[in-house]
Amino acid sequence: MQDVTSILLVGVGGQGTILASKILTEGLLNEGYDVKMSEVHGMSQRGGSVNTQIRFGKKVYSPVIDLGSADIIVAFEKMEAARWLKYLKKEGTMIVNTVEIPSLTILIGKEKYPEDLIEILTDKTKTITVDASKIAEELGNIKAQNIVLLGKLIKYLDLRNIDWEAIIKENVPEKFLDLNIKAFRKGLE
Amino acid sequence: MKKIMMGDEAVARGAYEYGVTFASAYPGTPSTEILENISKYKEIYSEWAPNEKVALEAAIGASIAGARSLAAMKHVGLNVAADPLFTFAYTGVNGGCIVITADDPGMHSSQNEQDNRYYAKFAKIPMVEPSDSQECKDFVGYALDLSEKYDTPVLFRLTTRVSHGKGVVELKERKDIEMKSYKKDISKYVMVPANAQKKHIEVEKRLKALKEESERSPLNKIEWKSKEIGIITSGISYLYVKEIFDDEVSILKLGMTYPLPEKLIREFAEKVDRLYVVEELEPYIEEYVKSLGISVIGKDLIPNIGELNPGIIKKALKGEENEYIELDLNIPGRPPMLCAGCPHRGVFYVLKQKKVPVLGDIGCYTLGAAPPLEAIDTCVCMGASISGAHGFQKANEHNGRKQKIFSVIGDSTFFHSGITGLIDIVYNKGNAVPIILDNRITAMTGHQQNPGTGKTLMGENTQEIDIPKLCEAIGIKNIRVVNPFDIEDVKNAVDEAMTTDETMAIVAKGPCALIPPKPTGECKINQDKCRKCGVCLRIGCPAISKKDGLFNIDPEQCTGCTVCMQVCPFDAIEKVR
Repeated sequence: MQDVTSILLVGVGGQGTILASKILTEGLLNEGYDVKMSEVHGMSQRGGSVNTQIRFGKKVYSPVIDLGSADIIVAFEKMEAARWLKYLKKEGTMIVNTVEIPSLTILIGKEKYPEDLIEILTDKTKTITVDASKIAEELGNIKAQNIVLLGKLIKYLDLRNIDWEAIIKENVPEKFLDLNIKAFRKGLE
Repeated sequence: MKKIMMGDEAVARGAYEYGVTFASAYPGTPSTEILENISKYKEIYSEWAPNEKVALEAAIGASIAGARSLAAMKHVGLNVAADPLFTFAYTGVNGGCIVITADDPGMHSSQNEQDNRYYAKFAKIPMVEPSDSQECKDFVGYALDLSEKYDTPVLFRLTTRVSHGKGVVELKERKDIEMKSYKKDISKYVMVPANAQKKHIEVEKRLKALKEESERSPLNKIEWKSKEIGIITSGISYLYVKEIFDDEVSILKLGMTYPLPEKLIREFAEKVDRLYVVEELEPYIEEYVKSLGISVIGKDLIPNIGELNPGIIKKALKGEENEYIELDLNIPGRPPMLCAGCPHRGVFYVLKQKKVPVLGDIGCYTLGAAPPLEAIDTCVCMGASISGAHGFQKANEHNGRKQKIFSVIGDSTFFHSGITGLIDIVYNKGNAVPIILDNRITAMTGHQQNPGTGKTLMGENTQEIDIPKLCEAIGIKNIRVVNPFDIEDVKNAVDEAMTTDETMAIVAKGPCALIPPKPTGECKINQDKCRKCGVCLRIGCPAISKKDGLFNIDPEQCTGCTVCMQVCPFDAIEKVR
């Protein structure tokens, strides 16, 4: 990979992108990378489209990722993968959770959830699918989907050497630790 | 020790390391996390003020007492605090004081994108602008020293990407800074005309000295590379310029942006072939450079609307664009919406049916303007709902138009600046009806305590300000406290308000669905009874959906608030737990 790696985490407010990015950036910092990250708080969190931008390398300037410049996008939801695809490099990789979360216009039947999104994405770019929501549900709590996806990203980045489980331990409440460790390991598979 | 920190968090760390002992703020994106993080340091007394004006006035008081102090707010908050700011510029400080403004270019969570750098020039106080988290921390120390050395408040300007961006910060120990002694000094602190007239002369002298400071400030520095192109920049824009040009161009990075360093700018401009200014929003630096008679390119190429990013700068200055993948596909938008179980939903459902003007305010409930509820007519600024409704009603009345006018305002916004509007209604015999949506928290900014919740920022129990009693004390004759989850209760109160001419207020008291203890109920649609009329979709609940002709409630999201159950005309929705 080049000097700086740009990762975009996208999803729907409430899916846990912020926690996943916190764990990721702490791990990268421990490993000695310069890290920058950008996210937006406030109104968008109420079920809106959310994104967290993470860049790491020897020296990083901008915390913001441009159109066509993300190396990897981790989409916590399929439609968000399609929405943010334009931020991916042509040779970049899309990791996508296959869950569908309808937006308001879809909920009230005014618009349709786009069909065949995975096929469309696969046709356009290198796409890795994960059924993270289902995996997390099977582990006992859909909320751990973010950590499943984090595991998948770590596997793809080949950064297993970092002690991620210790960082997860620092960032999740004791009673959810076991669930999140399991979720992380599932993601690494 | 190194830590990855958000800009706001690094400002808080700076307050800790550089001996601040008093901090006050009103929450507002993107500034909220400054005080949230300061409250973790027991060495600093911190509080949520009811509004930004109060926050700044309290910080002024702390400074005069001799403590290093700060007040933090979002950009529009500084409009509220502008009154004390301009005279604080005259009195100056005792303990160092910084006024933090977190601007929101791109309006991620704001009603406008004003460029608050002009406030420094307007109030004649120095300004610093950090570019990243490390500078956020370091500049707090610099600004406090500057404040004490030049006897002036300092404007500390952040933007969303600096406030909410994260970067690596080197931590240090806290400096022990003793609180200064307080000495009564009427000529300094009592701004009656005779004293203020003398003070203005001092302010002008101070500005000249500050300009010299800016010339030699370590915050303003030239990075010499190729002299074909020179770029003057500050704040987040500096990082974007570095991202695009790295070491290809010479850069004048400005960290102290008021007063601007004339000599340094002239020196830089003379030595480069082509000069650009790259800055977000207004041509603040550009106008100054041009006023020096220097030829420079800025807003001719760089937009003054919205946020910048490296791509915009690359396109503008290099004429290059990244390639990206386009999809020929309609992707439905995903705007934010009121949560499942939100106490505001029922109120908006009732108001929409009345087809009356509803003047809105700033908070989660502004989302009530979105379809399908579309229950709000206006959103201007904090507090503008009650006072706006009063003006609307009086103009109608005076011009012979008969119509009932409502307003909606959250609990925290009511304490912020809704109370004075209510006094206006009572004093001037109006009858616009305020509905105070008391969801027991400051929700939109991420659940901060407020004067109605009974808790302080530092986690102590405190007196809970009773909204109905406050309305009563102001002189409202008829106060109805309703349960917003009970549609009939809300409807009865609104019906009464539609017909009465006396001053009336409705307090809809129901907790935000996101604060513990979170509600755990569940409603379900009985498919045998469902007639597919779609009325349940009109409440705009994210848990209710229509797919393949069938209506369903997502049990994961449903809180069992029963608003859908109450609006279903066929009793097809049942509460199952």
